[in-house]
Amino acid sequence: MAVVVNRKSLTFWEKLYLPAIVGGLKVTLKHAYNTLILRKVVTMEYPEQKWTLPTGYRGAPYLVKDQEGNTKCVSCQLCEFVCPPKAIRITPPGEHGQKADRTNAEKMPAEFEINMLRCIFCGFCQEVCPEEAIFLQQDYSLTALSRSELIYNKEKLLSLGGEVGGIQKWKLKFDEAKAQENFPVKL
Amino acid sequence: MDWNFIIFSIVKIAIVVGVVQGLVAYSVLAERKISAWIQDRVGPNRTAPPFMKFIPGGQFLTRLGIFQPLADGLKFMFKEDFTPAGVKKIYFFLAPAVSVIPAMLTVAVIPFGSNIGAQKMVIADLNVGILYTFGIVSMGVYGIVLAGYAANSKYPMFGGIRSSAQMISYEISMGMSVIPVLLIVGNLNLGQIISWQSTHGWMVVYAPISFIIFMVASFAETNRTPFDLPEAETELVGGYHTEYGSMKFALFFLAEYSNMVSSSAMMVTLFFGGWTLPFWGLDHAAISLGMGIAQIFVFLAKMLFFMVVFIWVRWMFPRFRYDQLMDLGWRRFLPLALVNILITAVWLWLRS
Repeated sequence: MAVVVNRKSLTFWEKLYLPAIVGGLKVTLKHAYNTLILRKVVTMEYPEQKWTLPTGYRGAPYLVKDQEGNTKCVSCQLCEFVCPPKAIRITPPGEHGQKADRTNAEKMPAEFEINMLRCIFCGFCQEVCPEEAIFLQQDYSLTALSRSELIYNKEKLLSLGGEVGGIQKWKLKFDEAKAQENFPVKL
Repeated sequence: MDWNFIIFSIVKIAIVVGVVQGLVAYSVLAERKISAWIQDRVGPNRTAPPFMKFIPGGQFLTRLGIFQPLADGLKFMFKEDFTPAGVKKIYFFLAPAVSVIPAMLTVAVIPFGSNIGAQKMVIADLNVGILYTFGIVSMGVYGIVLAGYAANSKYPMFGGIRSSAQMISYEISMGMSVIPVLLIVGNLNLGQIISWQSTHGWMVVYAPISFIIFMVASFAETNRTPFDLPEAETELVGGYHTEYGSMKFALFFLAEYSNMVSSSAMMVTLFFGGWTLPFWGLDHAAISLGMGIAQIFVFLAKMLFFMVVFIWVRWMFPRFRYDQLMDLGWRRFLPLALVNILITAVWLWLRS
């Protein structure tokens, strides 16, 4: 059914455009006053001002060390396997390679590379890691002058990751093993 | 050969063209800054030569965006000058020139100061200054129409057609609106109009309706919002200059802004007393060097005020619909201007 909308015809005063012009002047002046004098600018000037990121923000994944400065990663390669864009590449130490830098840990990666150009910051690596060795941290603007610079190696990942404490599985096992040396076992 | 006249004319032309170009560059910056302020933004505030951060106050100038026009200009110069396939080559190359030359020529008759020494501060002191201006301004439409035609593309064509109709319609109201001014002063020389105003007061008091019509018509003539139908970014992609790039586009840009400069100058000259101020003894022709320079700055200040109004209005109003535009031009302003002429004539007749 057709509906006729009755439009109110403009009064003579309104037809002069003058109220509209005055209204426009008022609105624009108010905004200019707000930005110029009161400095209510909505723009965030990016490199100087940054958002405060919420906790749990998924930025770039970095390797972390535990509270004693040990590499947590044991080169199990689960993250490499789960990584959807295949951004992670781990070179295991091999049979005669370097041992882990702590007792009771099996091994540590000879090389650990994350290609930040491929990484989609999905967080699967963090989720799958049995050792809590890789965490998505707060970095989101990774820049470099070449593609090869954006393939982060183990050293870089560890230095960027910093320390994340928490449980130390190997230490628990180490203590257990130590305790079992004398009988009766006291933990 | 009057060598004195030639040399001084060349110097004046060089200075005026330089100043107008500078004004154009910086009015683009002003446009961006003012639009930013009105829209709660910051505007261009980063561009600066690298040594600027070591100079005190350099940071402030950078925040103001003082160096942005330089960067813009350089960008236009070094861009690839691309000619699309299928354009009508001759007209395509001719159009930017045809639109920029009239825009620059209009300033020739505008008295931007009284005199410095024996030199009158006007390039050409024509006795038919206003007629000259209207003649030149009406040539501006050819550039746009040619550009629209030469591009051999639909949207520029629409832009060109729209502009031809719009500019011709508004030229009539514009011309009609100035007639009361001429009736009151009784002279077509812009310098004479200013000296009349210095003794009798600003013309805007005598012919306010003329001023309103002239101002609106000059918005339409310069293709500024609310009458920017030839460009109409949202409907016509870019209107008549859609197919243009690099320096040829920059020339259209230049033409638009120098049209703004010259219509502001015309408004100041015709209705706001030109280089005169009613106080501080600036209301008569300069007798000293300092006074002559002061009057040039008075003129520039008045002109910049109208430039700001031009820019301000652009960020205030939406575009008119095409039929509204024509309605306003032909059915409102033209009769109003005619009635205005009649009333002024009758008033002058009764007084004499």
